[in-house]
Amino acid sequence: MDFWRNQLSGPTNPSVDAAWQDGEPRKGFFTDTSICIGCKACEVACKEWNAIPEDGLDLLSQSYDNTGALGASTWRHVAFVEQSSDRIEQARESGRRLVELGMPSLRSRETSDAVGAPGSSPLGSAAQANTSLAVADVPALPDMRWLMSSDVCKHCTHAACLDVCPTGSLFRSEFGTVVVQDDICNGCGYCVAACPFGVIERRQGDEGHERAKQSHGISIRGSSSVSTVDATTSSTQSVGSAHAANSGFANNGEVKNVGIAQKCTLCYDRLGDGQTPACAQACPTTSIKFGDLADMRAAAQDRVAQLHGQGFTEARLYGTDPNDGVGGTGSVFLLLDEPEVYGLPPDPRVTTADLPDMFRKAGYAALTMMAMAAASFVRRRP
Amino acid sequence: MQDLSNSDCVVIQGSNMAECHPVAYQWVTEARLKGAKVIHIDPRFTRTSATADKHIPIRAGSDVVLLGAVINHILTNDLYFKDYVVSYTNAATIVSDDFRDTEDLDGLFSGYDDQKGSYSQDTWAYASGDGSGDDSSGALGTIGGPASQHEDGESASDRAAGHEHGSGGPPLEHARVKRDETLQDPNTVFQILKRHYARYTPEMVRDTCGISVDDFTYLAKAVTENSGRDRTTAFVYAVGWTQHTLGAQFIRTAAIVQLLLGNMGRPGGGIMALRGHASIQGSTDIPTLYNILPGYLAMPVAGLHDTWEAYISAIGNKEQKGFWAKADTYAVSFMKSWWGEKATAANSWAYDYLPRLSGAHGTYQTTMAMLDDEVEGYFLLGQNPAVGSAHGRMQRLAMSHLKWLVVRDFAMIESATFWKDGPEIATGELSTADIDTEVFFLPAAAHTEKSGSFTQTQRMLQWHHQAVTPKGDCRSELQFFHELGQRLRALLADSTDDRDRPLLDLTWDYPVDEHGEPDAEAVLAEINGYHLTGEQAGQPLSSFTQMKADGSTSGGCWIYTGVYAGGVNQAANRKPGREQNLTALEWGWAWPANRRILYNRASADPDGKPWSERKKYVWWDADEGKWVGDDVPDFPATKAPSYRPEPGTGGPDGLAGDDPFIMQADGKGWLFTPKGMLDGPLPSHYEPQESPVRNPLYAQQSNPARKVFPRKDNLWSPSGGEPGSDVYPFVFTTYRLTEHHTAGGMSRWLPYLSELQPEFFCEISPELAQERGLTNGGWATIVSARTAIEARVMVTERMTPLVISGNTVHQIGLPYHWGVGSSAVVSGDAANDLLGVALDPNVQIQESKAGSCDIQPGRRPTGEALLRLVAEYQSRSGTTTETGNQLRTGHPASTPETIEG
Repeated sequence: MDFWRNQLSGPTNPSVDAAWQDGEPRKGFFTDTSICIGCKACEVACKEWNAIPEDGLDLLSQSYDNTGALGASTWRHVAFVEQSSDRIEQARESGRRLVELGMPSLRSRETSDAVGAPGSSPLGSAAQANTSLAVADVPALPDMRWLMSSDVCKHCTHAACLDVCPTGSLFRSEFGTVVVQDDICNGCGYCVAACPFGVIERRQGDEGHERAKQSHGISIRGSSSVSTVDATTSSTQSVGSAHAANSGFANNGEVKNVGIAQKCTLCYDRLGDGQTPACAQACPTTSIKFGDLADMRAAAQDRVAQLHGQGFTEARLYGTDPNDGVGGTGSVFLLLDEPEVYGLPPDPRVTTADLPDMFRKAGYAALTMMAMAAASFVRRRP
Repeated sequence: MQDLSNSDCVVIQGSNMAECHPVAYQWVTEARLKGAKVIHIDPRFTRTSATADKHIPIRAGSDVVLLGAVINHILTNDLYFKDYVVSYTNAATIVSDDFRDTEDLDGLFSGYDDQKGSYSQDTWAYASGDGSGDDSSGALGTIGGPASQHEDGESASDRAAGHEHGSGGPPLEHARVKRDETLQDPNTVFQILKRHYARYTPEMVRDTCGISVDDFTYLAKAVTENSGRDRTTAFVYAVGWTQHTLGAQFIRTAAIVQLLLGNMGRPGGGIMALRGHASIQGSTDIPTLYNILPGYLAMPVAGLHDTWEAYISAIGNKEQKGFWAKADTYAVSFMKSWWGEKATAANSWAYDYLPRLSGAHGTYQTTMAMLDDEVEGYFLLGQNPAVGSAHGRMQRLAMSHLKWLVVRDFAMIESATFWKDGPEIATGELSTADIDTEVFFLPAAAHTEKSGSFTQTQRMLQWHHQAVTPKGDCRSELQFFHELGQRLRALLADSTDDRDRPLLDLTWDYPVDEHGEPDAEAVLAEINGYHLTGEQAGQPLSSFTQMKADGSTSGGCWIYTGVYAGGVNQAANRKPGREQNLTALEWGWAWPANRRILYNRASADPDGKPWSERKKYVWWDADEGKWVGDDVPDFPATKAPSYRPEPGTGGPDGLAGDDPFIMQADGKGWLFTPKGMLDGPLPSHYEPQESPVRNPLYAQQSNPARKVFPRKDNLWSPSGGEPGSDVYPFVFTTYRLTEHHTAGGMSRWLPYLSELQPEFFCEISPELAQERGLTNGGWATIVSARTAIEARVMVTERMTPLVISGNTVHQIGLPYHWGVGSSAVVSGDAANDLLGVALDPNVQIQESKAGSCDIQPGRRPTGEALLRLVAEYQSRSGTTTETGNQLRTGHPASTPETIEG
């Protein structure tokens, strides 16, 4: 019974479930935002490798983020969040509460020996010596901080986009990742509504491209928004829009795959050749780590323990819990504040997770109706 | 670079390393993961600050006060590394009695000449240990420069003599110095240093830099607690330090801190200069500069270096210590590499073929000469002065005076199109029909389309192989210049004119492939050098120590000798890091001699033992009788630590076993520079050319030796305290973003980069936004004494208003990537248009990191109205060509004459 339940939610190995006989170990990302420097090399490397079109030339006035959100033509997105010390204090406090609640991502050092991910720089002995679960003296609160975080498709254990796809365009790869086949997709858009993270999107043509960005724009500072340009100095002279029409979409000047659902493939074509995905390869500080998901989760747990040991209780993990609403994600993150601050849903839930309950309720309803129907016959019998 | 990961504390100041050098920054990230403290000192909270342990906001241009106070803190509290300082630096050396400090002369050192606006360095000299004096220098009993190098500061500045110190200190007459190793003699460098920085206190830092006493204490504690036998601190800087009217002195201040703390020549120590582009280090080693020849050999000066002998003794005197005493071998080999058999002992190695300098011919002097119609043609190679150089308007107007202009670049950059769509066309100052400049655009090949080397920031050459052939008409620089040379030589083939001999006699025979591309490795082999005679004739040199002054060796750049040792391209070495130790000697090749940390003899104590196990790097192996360690030892290989030469011995033989600074004329690290720095032997704080603040330390406001150009098109706003300074009340500073590359030629034509930072913006604090009515995302007009530009507004708490002596000073951040044109994916006003031209005297670099401006909400006027706005500001502030140009404060006579522009 558990096996069948885990087809819809909860812990499972999705590539085995997808009937890969001798699948690879499940692959994934660990994005450690605590060492992200916001260089956006991941965004550019992703676009270069996957030949994704340019996605709008507007200044968004949201700190250094002019990308806005993930979408059909943006598969990596670096968020920039500026915070003052009171907000940092709140984050530290909310993180501490998570620890007290027994956040499942924290585990003891004894069970983890994989420090650092494959391909990451070896951490020195000092770091390991410092690592301890005991929370150290609370580090001084800085006056402000600037959070940077590279977001990407979560490659969910239970992927709603895949589950609702009527054409089979979305499939589960042997690496446990979720990939769109653009030559099969018919552009129905079910997946767009299904994704709990707002990741997958149908690619707009030239005309819909600005709208697409704005409708997905998230205001990371809370107060400012895309439309704060002075009314008196409206954007008629905007340098960006003057060039939007003639600047290079894809390589031949045309937008390819218009209307087709698009998202990160975790560089399926590179994985097949034993290569690292383009974003992780380009990341200069190893903030984006790539490898077997089990190693990624272990590295994430070690890192959060290390930070807690140094008193940075604001650190917490995202996507590492296989019992969450999507069965855990293939892209796990170390965040320094609540997920909402980064534009991530706090409690993502796959649509299929509710299926057993819905079926059960529908079943009860059907049984009840049958019972009532039967009863009505019983009553009529003289 | 990877050595930064060995640091226990990294101070990044004058650099936004995470944004501008993200790949190198991985080593800082790594150091931090290992527990190092990272401190970022910058006017802005940047992506570097975001990943540092602490950000300390500073007023642009006040760095000498901060670091001077660190020096004072070290000396007052006896926190210097005594054994290192006494043995390895010139702390104990005694300076001439005639020396007068800025403390004595209220901001001037002895030797200042009001007429020339420069210093004579004679009184800064070391006292001579044997009484022999250089009589002609005017100060008896001191060690002057070599006899042939009596040059005044003005001439030295004109040739930006500071550049020559790219690979070692300046020459001295000899190295017989007087020392007092108790450091008590009042004329020791140590005591002079103490007196010089006594007034650089934490309170002075608070009132000048806007840094709280607590923040200063944090910094001072961090660097001193992380220095010594067991720990090392590194400093990292970039153009945030260099681009000031006393830029070279900013770096000198850090050098003093690092020498006092014993952090030079040791793992995790040093001062890392981050260079701004691929191979910009290479372009000073094998220079594209007017004033030096390959390997930091000086360009000869007319009237000063008229004979070969005079030239040689000026670049490296036989009686001084160290490897510069062998300069003759480097110079002769260099001449042989250019003129081959035509360079003979009889014709002084074709010395008369070398051009002579007759004055300053830097980029800004050349620009002004264009305005005077003294320059006919101009080559721009990967350079976009219309956007990237200071005073963009002057640059564009100057180019409109040319007869011809060659632009070699990837795209039609603004410097190639200013004649049709530049800002001056819009204001009516230029009209396309009236510009006679003929512009040739030649598309350039990218680095993937050609082979060659990059020399990066730590002096390491890395080879890149051609991956694809260039498309269409794109050609490599190598091919372009090779062919240009061939065509010019063909045109002159029949010439009998002597002046054409240097070109016709050049060695210019490189093998080319089927596309006409010269073999880059053949050029590398020529640079490396080879034996010309004897058994080994034709074989590559393996070290510059094999070079001879008798014409039997050839070598294009002595510091690069060894890069082609054994006929193997060592720059192409690519053994992965995981297969070797952290020093990674088999990755690329670093000059000199593949050495990764310079002066690494200093990583061992005077007896040759490592200072500590933790910081072990290079040490003396008594059993083997040689220096060994993780790196190529930077010392004569078998010279024992106890070795003492006969007094008076010159050259490498003159180095004692405890003289680790082998390129310095006395073998010591220079806390005090008796020669070489044109604006003073010790760094003193001067305000920028434009500053809202009065110099709190001295009556002298700005660097008295700075280079100014009083012109009507180069006006300055009045500075602190002067009437009219409130018209331009704010400080602006310019910088780069990760997403773009300098003037945009490599990024604004690429949609993937353009979309990440699509528009020019200014960064301001919420307080300034409130004060001036500016809104996030709106427009602002920024006005300097030169022009006005517009930018979108970014209101951010990352900008902090500073309180300087009770007054709030707002700083405005301006990334300089955008330019006005019609060809790029994104364009916008150029921040550098706001800048004027005032230069550092040592290296002739412009002050682009601090200026004064006003900011107002809304877009700037267009057309003639823009000129009226700028003129109205100028008139309201009362600025004239004399404003800001008085070299010695309070002495109007020290203002250079106005140049009619």
